[in-house]
Amino acid sequence: MAIFVDQNTKVIVQGLTGGQGRFHGLRNRAYGTQVVGGVTPGKAGQDVEGIPVFDSVEDAVKATGATASFIAVPPKAAPAAILEAARAGIGFVVCITEGVPAQDEARVYATLQRDYPATRLLGPNCPGIISPGKCNIGITAGEIAQLPSSSGPNVGIVSRSGTLTYQALYELKQQGIGVSTCVGIGGDPVPGTSFVDCLAEFQADPETHAIIMIGEIGGSAEEEAAEFITKHVTKPMSAYIAGVTAPAGKKMGHAGAIVSGGKGTAQGKMDALRMAGVKVGLNPTEAGSLMAEIVHSLR
Amino acid sequence: MDLFEYQGKQYFAKYNIAVSAGGVAHTVDEALVEAEKALYPVVVKAQVQVGGRGKAGGIKLANNSEEVRLHAGNILGMDIKGHLVKRVWIEHASDIAEEYYASFTLDRAAKQHLLMLSAQGGVEIEVVAERDPSAIVKLHINPIEGLSLATARQAAVDAKIPARALDGVADMLVKLYECFTKGDCDLAEINPLILKPTGEVHALDAKVSLDVNASFRHPEWEEYAATEELDAREQLAREKGLQYIGLDGTVGIIANGAGLAMSTLDVVNQVGGSAANFLDIGGGANAELMTAALEVINSDAKVKSILINIFGGITRGEEVAKGIVEAVKRVSLRAPIVIRLDGTNADEGRKILADAGIPDSQLTSRPTMLEAARAAVALAK
Repeated sequence: MAIFVDQNTKVIVQGLTGGQGRFHGLRNRAYGTQVVGGVTPGKAGQDVEGIPVFDSVEDAVKATGATASFIAVPPKAAPAAILEAARAGIGFVVCITEGVPAQDEARVYATLQRDYPATRLLGPNCPGIISPGKCNIGITAGEIAQLPSSSGPNVGIVSRSGTLTYQALYELKQQGIGVSTCVGIGGDPVPGTSFVDCLAEFQADPETHAIIMIGEIGGSAEEEAAEFITKHVTKPMSAYIAGVTAPAGKKMGHAGAIVSGGKGTAQGKMDALRMAGVKVGLNPTEAGSLMAEIVHSLR
Repeated sequence: MDLFEYQGKQYFAKYNIAVSAGGVAHTVDEALVEAEKALYPVVVKAQVQVGGRGKAGGIKLANNSEEVRLHAGNILGMDIKGHLVKRVWIEHASDIAEEYYASFTLDRAAKQHLLMLSAQGGVEIEVVAERDPSAIVKLHINPIEGLSLATARQAAVDAKIPARALDGVADMLVKLYECFTKGDCDLAEINPLILKPTGEVHALDAKVSLDVNASFRHPEWEEYAATEELDAREQLAREKGLQYIGLDGTVGIIANGAGLAMSTLDVVNQVGGSAANFLDIGGGANAELMTAALEVINSDAKVKSILINIFGGITRGEEVAKGIVEAVKRVSLRAPIVIRLDGTNADEGRKILADAGIPDSQLTSRPTMLEAARAAVALAK
């Protein structure tokens, strides 16, 4: 098991003929992901190293039976691409595009909620998702992810930051700890999938035995996660929150990483998670070590 | 991107939000010209992006040209909480019967737009929230449904806006919402929103923050970017296309990825140092980007050591290392570098760094983030 994606997931890449789509789409296929098609309007009939290209998501789904989409198109085109995938019945949409306006994200989210509740969006502005050994959609370097062990224990990872996600994957690999699924939810103000969505899935996934969560300043997603953990998560967790020293009022790289009006501080988030019983590390390595301790106690 | 009040008012005016006639002035002479145009009495307002201007003496009423000369002369060049006043806004003074508050933001938790409305304006909304939370009406708006005039009017009723101002406030809210959504604002706030004795509702102040991700559909925003108050380091970083925020410490930071950069700041702080900046060079970390990053850091006189924190993912360790070696050759650095290189092919990368013939006094490598931070902080002391 894994969450959201596995070996049966069939993926199309919207924007396969573009630089990013081609590069990452081919990498994902090389990892073993079933990349069954690509979509670029006006380029039907072409192929990218054997991957057929279609004019629309609808055509691609009809021809390939795709269940997931990987969107690698510019910010202007991303909202329409997400909704096109949803309209074509795609159940899981990963959008890595950075720079989508917040107003567009809010409208897309509301539209999915109202018209396409069966579609889950991951991102925008996220590194993607990897279920090691099964499926990799997005920009994660697959080789740094440790395969889950059949006997367990395995760890699920959920993170708002790309490089810190890699850091977490890498530290688990160094310690020989298997990963069930690693989800990068992205650093934008309106992510399609939240910490809470991932925690619920990890809690229900028999292959996941413990969870690492990597948050950052801004918004209240970590506080909402802490509330959810208190009520619904029984699996042990460690966490790290980036941005303890970030100055108020400045966007720290990610559009959503901003402390404003005294809200969204790292300290507040760490306190909330500790209250929920999560072991909180003061740096990513410490969160990794805390997870190693948890895993050893489970073995 | 935060706008100055005068820019916010000009932005409001595009959406037919009533603001006072006025103009911006950089000199006393310009202030006199704008005051003549706006008609006396006028208000001279310091244009700084910080609250508490009035208390600091940055807002003055002027009844004639002598008073404009006096006040504009005092306010221009004034330091308000570390912000130098470079321009003043001159507008016709408004008669005020009542002061309200209105704003639209995105509520990230609810993933919906949020209207905040209060009949108690003119003071900071945080103060009202503390003193009397029931005085603020909070209304969520579904982004695909929008705000109707009827809903806006009901919100005004709920906020106990007096009957004679209801229609004016409702109309204002609908226009402000349009400005917020079509204008791609992160925040659109009017405080105070005033009722004039004549019954008109009018924006006496404007606080607007724009979502820079939407710049591609707002070419008119270029003029705002030009007046953004960046320090010399931030200006240079912007020209080089780097994500940079200037801070006050002594350890220059370069990392790949926003989360890792933030985390590096934290770790430097934990081991007793202070970061000079936040700098994310993104996933690539090639020689060009690294050179640009080092040039920006090198322009900061306070920097005593440089911490480069790279996690190789798709970009392999050896490529990153080659980029660093190349960049170090190109830039004549004033401060020593400590590198932490980890991730894909990190060993190969470290070997390239070790064999590059760069003296230890200029560049050293540490295997972990914590050790690298300790070394960089020690060098900065």
